[in-house]
Amino acid sequence: MRYLPLTDDNRREMLGVIGTDSVDDLFVDVPAEARLTGDIEGLPKYASELAVERHMARLAAKNIAAGNVPFFLGAGAYRHHVPASVDHLIQRGEFLTAYTPYQPEIAQGTLQVLFEFQTQVARLFGTDLANASLYDGSTACWEAITMAGRVTRRSRAVLAHGLHPHYVSTAQTMAKFTKDELFAGAPDLDASCEEDAIIAQIDDTTSCVVVQYPDILGRIPDLAKIAEAAHDKGALLVAVVTEPVALGLIEAPGALGADIVVGEGQSLGVGLNFGGPYLGLFGCREKYVRQMPGRLCGETVDADGKRGFVLTLSTREQHIRREKATSNICTNSGLCALAFSIHMTLLGGTGLEKLARINHSRARLAAQRLSEIEGVSVLNTAFVNEFTLVLPSDARVAVRELADRRVLGGVSLGRLYPDEDALANGLVVAVTETCSAEDIEAFATTLEAVLQGEAA
Amino acid sequence: MNAPNASGWKPAMGDGSGIAAPTSSGDAALMLEEKLIFELAGCATTGVDFDEEAGDIDPALGKFARKQAPQLPGLSEPETVRHYTRLSRQNYAIDLGPFPLGSCTMKHNPRLNEKVARMPGFADVHPLQPVDTVQGALEVINELAFWLIELTGMYGVAMSPKAGAHGELCGILCIRAALEAKGDAREVILVPESAHGTNPATAAFAGYKVEAIPATSEGRVDLDKLKERLGPDVAGVMITNPNTCGLFERDMKAISDAVHAAGGYVYCDGANFNAIVGKVRPGDLGVDAMHINLHKTFSTPHGGGGPGSGPVVLSEALAPYGPLPFTARMEDGTVHLVEEESLKAFDHAKSFGRMAAFHGQMGMFTRALAYILSHGADGLRQVAEDSVLNANYVLRRLEATLDAPYAASGPCMHEALFCDEGLAEGFSTLDIAKGLIDEGFHPMTVYFPLVVHGAMLIEPTETESKDGLDRLIDSLQHVVERAKAGDEALHGAPYYAPRRRLDETQAARKPVLVWKGEPGVSRIPTPSEVGDR
Repeated sequence: MRYLPLTDDNRREMLGVIGTDSVDDLFVDVPAEARLTGDIEGLPKYASELAVERHMARLAAKNIAAGNVPFFLGAGAYRHHVPASVDHLIQRGEFLTAYTPYQPEIAQGTLQVLFEFQTQVARLFGTDLANASLYDGSTACWEAITMAGRVTRRSRAVLAHGLHPHYVSTAQTMAKFTKDELFAGAPDLDASCEEDAIIAQIDDTTSCVVVQYPDILGRIPDLAKIAEAAHDKGALLVAVVTEPVALGLIEAPGALGADIVVGEGQSLGVGLNFGGPYLGLFGCREKYVRQMPGRLCGETVDADGKRGFVLTLSTREQHIRREKATSNICTNSGLCALAFSIHMTLLGGTGLEKLARINHSRARLAAQRLSEIEGVSVLNTAFVNEFTLVLPSDARVAVRELADRRVLGGVSLGRLYPDEDALANGLVVAVTETCSAEDIEAFATTLEAVLQGEAA
Repeated sequence: MNAPNASGWKPAMGDGSGIAAPTSSGDAALMLEEKLIFELAGCATTGVDFDEEAGDIDPALGKFARKQAPQLPGLSEPETVRHYTRLSRQNYAIDLGPFPLGSCTMKHNPRLNEKVARMPGFADVHPLQPVDTVQGALEVINELAFWLIELTGMYGVAMSPKAGAHGELCGILCIRAALEAKGDAREVILVPESAHGTNPATAAFAGYKVEAIPATSEGRVDLDKLKERLGPDVAGVMITNPNTCGLFERDMKAISDAVHAAGGYVYCDGANFNAIVGKVRPGDLGVDAMHINLHKTFSTPHGGGGPGSGPVVLSEALAPYGPLPFTARMEDGTVHLVEEESLKAFDHAKSFGRMAAFHGQMGMFTRALAYILSHGADGLRQVAEDSVLNANYVLRRLEATLDAPYAASGPCMHEALFCDEGLAEGFSTLDIAKGLIDEGFHPMTVYFPLVVHGAMLIEPTETESKDGLDRLIDSLQHVVERAKAGDEALHGAPYYAPRRRLDETQAARKPVLVWKGEPGVSRIPTPSEVGDR
């Protein structure tokens, strides 16, 4: 057992100190009839490092990795190039294998990173503050809805039509049990973001309006207009950003009137990872700080007057307030926050802007090329790096046939909205700096062939 | 008085009485100070080279375009590497020494697991790829699910919860959904005092009233009091087993039987599953739902505070209500991902829905599976035995030094509980913790569980050697003796850490949560400036 340092001699000696003959005596409180004596049937014995690595490599090889094919999936998770130094630095044992910084004197590395992270997120979102991260974008979105309920003492949230359907279903799951009332509608295959339909739902009982920016179809909603309407009725505006790279190019939600901004931070530093771990970003106005969920790192001084950092305002948290806690959050995504922060530090504000512009121009090139295909049109009038194609037939079929020809060509709206037949021909396409001109051309010619019914 | 510690070193106080003069830089050889990125850099620098010049912006985007780039500092690659490397050196970590943190379980993180998680076939796949392009990833989920079910003796498992507390919520939502399906609207969840503090928060968050059940003088659930309280309004009980006093709940089966007879369900907080893996299966004790913190039992790294991962094993009664998405192996051997799209085809309409956008913590699943396969069933049993052996060794060796309130209640499981009885007037558990930092150890869990005064909960885990345990015990004995003798210098500890005791009251009273200023304008506050605030 390569991970277990005790030798049999050690074990005997330690049992002697304890005053017993057998380790089984230490399990005396486990009822005898429930105690397992032999091995559990069906479970294999230990395996060497080489054997485990081979087994896992064999499983990994069954997947099509994004880097091996023309790849255009987005819809809440994005493939960006992550500089090599990011992964190198997060694998330093002092970051990777550290615990939650509850003993701040020997956790200043993690704490300073969190303080820097909070500042980076707040500046990116245009909010006064940000927390030390949550699980992912969808759970952060739900936490924002419950927080808006606490702030406004209202319980009806309006979810914009363009909010990611998985974020909507996460909120719906939780609302069933917390008795919050949600209004949510599926989007139309329409170039406008349906701002007027959203605004029409806001009334004096509305706690918040939740608007994704850019939305699931890649459209860019007029946040300022919705913010004004929400504030008129005493409701908060919650903006949801699933692609933070987009904020290198379009205005920060906080600057447009959003009271709470949440997001998925996976795009910077974290990688696709088949859905997790991801990184929930959460920023808000300063006056709501005590209603904010999640961990917070704050600046202070030590006994010698030196600047230092601690976790703070934890009296909101569940391990202290128990049933009066403001949220169910018990941890953050510390290592993912570190990766995000390092990637952001390498980019800087100007680098992020440049990256966003490169994404944008690649996406425009792809939209132009794909819309030349007969029967295919681009829905969006404006977009950053993601847009929706309207195909002449069910996009689920096209995605399937593209995959057979080793092109991963986007996310079909049929997969995201199985009950909305009107959306079946929609295909959400994300184009980042990782998509080369050759990839775009391969996608276009393969899609053309698929739509013309050519055999693979 | 500056008492020398065991090694004979004297603390350098920086007040002229120490052994060294202060340096001009503020650094001390390998102990390096590091500015904030905002003080190091301006907004114009970037450490990333791009392949091409950025193109024009679509005129249609004009009104949405931001007026200036975000005010975020950028650093070149060498500056970035140095900044984070220097910061990393201000952290304690399991790679440096033990974290004897009770109920937090910090064990060695094998690097094979990191290598596996980074294989492009796992790390570079999108959650919405067509399912036949991610068969290997789905097999990992399925294979891990199989192990979790077998090791716990349960019926099904929900893989998507993103952390332990999220798993608790998942379990409670399953209980709620199962009761509602029967038209049974119960309102109360019972939580024994010996359970984790997250449990009542979870039950309240899911809309339940929470009632506490007292512990016996032995530190276990009071079965009689629990039975008295059970009734038609009780939806379930949340129990931590082994509990936060480090004890196995002997009456677990009787508790489950009583709760089931009263029409409720049993949630077990599985945070301490590492103590019993391969030795006893919670399913055999009547548990209906239990989350498993993969980082605790199966060694996925803690990362300075996450990410966690909290799959929830479920009994046959609760399994149909578990969250989306989940995997199902088909007759042809392929693995299907059941989401909204295919829900009806899988006759699984009872699911309470999604808890998060995608499939859970895939990167943690690969690590946990690699760890499980490395140990196998025999190794995992050895894991539980060694963790329990190590904890009882610590308990017995420290009994003469520290009061162990439940030492007579039977062997402890994987963690040993002590209290602050017998310290000199004015000395507390906190002094012991900070003194231990100077000894080169991370402190144990302090002031938890709440059932004893000045609690110190020590969990060595199975990856500590006997030699390492002896060193920890010696240091702890030394610090406790100082606290018993009333050594005032202990109030000033730590002396050798990158920072002395930090003012947590000021941090909470006047929160400074973000850096305010212009990036690139260096502004490190002087001690007097800081003192004035």
